[in-house]
Amino acid sequence: MSETKKFLFVNRKAPYGTIYAWESLEVVLISAAFEQDARMAFIDDGVYQIAKGQDTSELGIKNFSPTYNALGDYDINKIYVEKESLEARGLTVDDLLPLTYEDEDDDWAEKDSIKVVSSAELAELMDQSDVILSF
Amino acid sequence: MSIEVNGKTLETDEEGYLADLNQWEPGCADVMAAIDDTVLNENHWEVINFLREYYEEYQIAPAVRVLTKAIGKKLGKDKGNSKYLYELFPYGPGKQACKYAGLPKPTGCV
Repeated sequence: MSETKKFLFVNRKAPYGTIYAWESLEVVLISAAFEQDARMAFIDDGVYQIAKGQDTSELGIKNFSPTYNALGDYDINKIYVEKESLEARGLTVDDLLPLTYEDEDDDWAEKDSIKVVSSAELAELMDQSDVILSF
Repeated sequence: MSIEVNGKTLETDEEGYLADLNQWEPGCADVMAAIDDTVLNENHWEVINFLREYYEEYQIAPAVRVLTKAIGKKLGKDKGNSKYLYELFPYGPGKQACKYAGLPKPTGCV
């Protein structure tokens, strides 16, 4: 088995209208099957991908936002949301899906996966990643 | 390809997965199992029903690792292990059970 790499999946676009958000989510889930260290970042309109209360009934597109709730089961529990992007859209962390995971090393306690970070902190995270995929 | 279920012809893809997931009914699982020379018992159904609930909630078919862990949590450790699940579904609990349950092939399944 080759060594584990740190992947950062950067999501910049609104969830519907383009295929990027769904494609990114699929790649993330697949990378987890290969036991890579996958992290996700949501910036710009990408923050809408994990917004609560999505309703696509008028769009004729499947609402895939429930799938983000499965990320914890896939051991993807490092989800970064850029503070500046939320603020520019008048959103707070309470407007986002309450994504959680169960910490195996802490008696399966349920913990939050989302961490709001500043643009500068995000730059640092990018610097520490081995592979960055931008969607 | 297609299968016959209760007098209806349902289209499937080349691997036997239902083309239209909304057409699923319990009879589909029995017909698909018969093609694989399998007779479904209540243990199979436990997994099939679990998968359908998982899909309903998350809109994806879980990867086998995730399925194993989740089954263990819901149905107990003696069932949440690969040995038990592979005995029930020798073609792979992800692929075979998802097919019977009328779900797409699991995301992350290679």
